[in-house]
Amino acid sequence: MNTMNQSGWKPGTPVPSAGEDDYPTATGNKALMLEEPLLFELGTRETCGVDLPEPAADASPRLGQFARKQPLDLPGLSEPETVRHYTRLSRQNYAIDLGLFPLGSCTMKHNPRLNEKIARMPGFADVHPLQPVDTVRGALGVINELAHWLIALTGMHGVAMSPKAGAHGELCGILCIRAALEARGDMRKVVLVPESAHGTNPATAAFAGYEVEDIPAGPDGRVDLAALKQRLGPDVAAVMITNPNTCGLFERDMKAISDAVHAAGGFVYCDGANFNAIMGRVRPGDLGVDAMHINLHKTFSTPHGGGGPGSGPVVLSEALSPFGPLPYTARTKDGVIHLVEEENADAFSAEHFDGRMQSFGRMTAFHGQMGMFTRALAYILSHGADGLRQASGDAVLNANYLLRSLDDVLDAPFGDAGHCMHEALFSDEGFAEGMSTLDLAKGLIDEGFHPMTMYFPLVVHGAMLIEPTETESKATLDQFVVAMRSLADRVKAGDETLNTAPHHAPRARLDEAQAARKPVLAHRKPETD
Amino acid sequence: MRYLPLTDTDRAVMLERIGAESVDALFADVPGEHYLDGPVEGLPLHASEMAVENHMRRLSKQNLAAADTAFFCGAGAYRHHVPSTVDHIIQRGEFLTAYTPYQPEIAQGTLQMLFEFQTQVARLYGCEIANASMYDGSTACWEAIVMAARLTKRDRILLSGGLHPHYVSVAETMARFTPGHVDYQLPVLASDPGDDALIARIDEETSCVVVQYPDIMGRISDLPRIAEAAHEKGALLIVVNTEPVALGALEAPGNLGADIVVGEGQAIGVGLQFGGPYLGLFAITNPKHVRQMPGRLCGETVDADGKRGFVLTLSTREQHIRREKATSNICTNSGLCALAFSVHMTLLGEKGLTALAAENHRLACKAADRLAQVDGVSVLNESFFNEFTIVLEREIRPLVRELTDKGVLAGVSLGRLFPDGDGRENGLLVTVTETVTDEDIEALATAIEEALA
Repeated sequence: MNTMNQSGWKPGTPVPSAGEDDYPTATGNKALMLEEPLLFELGTRETCGVDLPEPAADASPRLGQFARKQPLDLPGLSEPETVRHYTRLSRQNYAIDLGLFPLGSCTMKHNPRLNEKIARMPGFADVHPLQPVDTVRGALGVINELAHWLIALTGMHGVAMSPKAGAHGELCGILCIRAALEARGDMRKVVLVPESAHGTNPATAAFAGYEVEDIPAGPDGRVDLAALKQRLGPDVAAVMITNPNTCGLFERDMKAISDAVHAAGGFVYCDGANFNAIMGRVRPGDLGVDAMHINLHKTFSTPHGGGGPGSGPVVLSEALSPFGPLPYTARTKDGVIHLVEEENADAFSAEHFDGRMQSFGRMTAFHGQMGMFTRALAYILSHGADGLRQASGDAVLNANYLLRSLDDVLDAPFGDAGHCMHEALFSDEGFAEGMSTLDLAKGLIDEGFHPMTMYFPLVVHGAMLIEPTETESKATLDQFVVAMRSLADRVKAGDETLNTAPHHAPRARLDEAQAARKPVLAHRKPETD
Repeated sequence: MRYLPLTDTDRAVMLERIGAESVDALFADVPGEHYLDGPVEGLPLHASEMAVENHMRRLSKQNLAAADTAFFCGAGAYRHHVPSTVDHIIQRGEFLTAYTPYQPEIAQGTLQMLFEFQTQVARLYGCEIANASMYDGSTACWEAIVMAARLTKRDRILLSGGLHPHYVSVAETMARFTPGHVDYQLPVLASDPGDDALIARIDEETSCVVVQYPDIMGRISDLPRIAEAAHEKGALLIVVNTEPVALGALEAPGNLGADIVVGEGQAIGVGLQFGGPYLGLFAITNPKHVRQMPGRLCGETVDADGKRGFVLTLSTREQHIRREKATSNICTNSGLCALAFSVHMTLLGEKGLTALAAENHRLACKAADRLAQVDGVSVLNESFFNEFTIVLEREIRPLVRELTDKGVLAGVSLGRLFPDGDGRENGLLVTVTETVTDEDIEALATAIEEALA
């Protein structure tokens, strides 16, 4: 594999292919749009942005035989250079702070700054996970209080707090199901997953050792109950369902699905990625769900951070709660909140749960995403019961407003079936020859918006899944509608300028095929150096 | 409610366009008996910023913050000074409030940062390729084990006794549900990390040998010897590092024969935060293995105008494309923690990391020497970086609790990490970073002296 950098272009080099209407500059910069070299082109091994004592002559008296001999070749920058490097990079990013980020099933809502402040309080940020338990009662209190409200909001029996993100939560839920089945000597092999599910669902089931089979969807975009019933049997461990589903629709038959799965001896896993639509209005526990992860980084607004960290607590039914992972917290009658780990799990279960707790084990070091728990708890307390209900209502209202503002110019495959939930789904039907969903999405970038989720769910051709969330104003939605209607006209008219969009972004379309064909995954010094 | 912009007038206009009577009417697909007709019971109503802040501050005050103590805890989570610049950069909204960079034309900031991060991690570990992060060290360790099983088509997993017991627990949990089976023996409370015994257990069924460097008692294994023995039997060597600052002083595992190097990146740029979110690091020495790697990878390419740019690449390994055939189910990783790591590492550079490591080692040696003078205390380690084990003639865990009253968080007792006894309950893992002062060391030694007197 060639791991050398292949591009001769560097920031500071004028771009010869600039368009006719462009005004080339000597630096390649364009006023506030500043090109930024790689750290490795800026820094040196001698530069340092931190003041530290000079190491003594013999700085490694007790390192044994493996004191470092080879250079690390890690460049450093002074503090002003560092601030400028990352500030310049930051300006090449779109973000929720800049505008609408309507990625379907991603729930990009405003991130309250109070929550950032709280997560940084020394009593939360500067506490070690293995301090004696008596010195971290407040941290256990946060976990326990958040757990309490997550249970209340979902109508479930228990919650596993340690999973690190949504997919990790899915794994937790599926492992609970597997442990519960094994506890009754039942070695089922199959997990059923609808075609419209997030890719993490089948990947998780496979990671946990299950065979994955598709569940067919009906013509209305929902699970086909009759077909599902037919497939259920003694080999089916679980059914994974997303509700509301990725077509933006509520699974009306959810309770009947759960009853059928339970009658066949299986469990119901619900992907809670779309919980924002029903928060405070529908409790999954009432629908027969056995396990559901909650993406705190979606519904409860902990920041996405360019791809994490997330947090994926899993609410559990009474049947699954005993099998949840270690560690967990529990409040006893005396009001003390306990941390239950490997060492005290059996004794604690015997004393307080009549020996019912049979944890499947540990999924991660330490206790989960504390920094996300503080933020999510602050979010719940800020909104309160009334605010959470209003949030889901406004999220659904905003999505339906977009659906009905666009369904006369774009094909809404399930638009005639009634209202959508928190996201509106369109297809590429009616686009001119040579025009694609990708073209429309890239055109949206030029209009100043982040594109919607594209080509997902797979059940709709050229899918465009739009989730505005409740934190967008009507004025923002109206401007988005203007942009979308204009783009709809252009894709239907075959406007070829869209095939090369975006034209105003920091980069034109990137060559993803080359990136995959000849992967360059780390910087190497050019050989001429 | 301060986070919700719609007014009642807006709502009325919008409902009219939709053709619905009320917001509740939009939920017509929810069966009536399952639709709550009012706010969830038990939850209070919405609260002001000030009220929420006060409530959370009260909870935070029930914790003993490290800065208010003489602090010696480590064991996989380390307290280092994080430069102010790091927190400033990660709070920029363009980083903080961006999604995974699926639209590369407007995500070059995150993507270039990830490319730089991957390069920094690869160089730190002495590897060819690093990914864009995992959840944490323990989950990265399991993913490495799964990758090794795919590459070797074997399923016996040999874990060194020096591996962090939480990492062992994660592997044992996951192995219960997968074809892999774990061979693990608890560590012996001795200065020798037990490399000979480990090497003796490598056989032709072994998929991988997992060794922590430095290990859970601060000891430093002979990686080249273990690597040679593993490779001779066709097994891969996975090296786990929980303290990346150590690699400013110790040779990189990739240069000592490791095939996969994974670890916890929290020590650089990310605070303690009671255990999360942290930062899983994952790197490989053989580029041919890249298509078996888990997680996101950022790669260099060019745009239509010929300008250099970056994209997420080799996605055909990942769940959103490959579904049940993916190399892992991971989706969201630790992007913002990766940024914090990268900014801190950029401020340090090789010079700073070397100096930081030297200062950690100097203070740790000083603390070890001082504690060795205390009657009834012996230092277990012959070699260590910034973490070493002391042994007393009594169970140490109650002592650790006692010392908190004197404002000393003395370290992590091995009894907490290994509840099974066998002498380990008399061991204490003491961690000394640059945040520790001479006064702190004296406070620790004096407190132990007084407690033992």
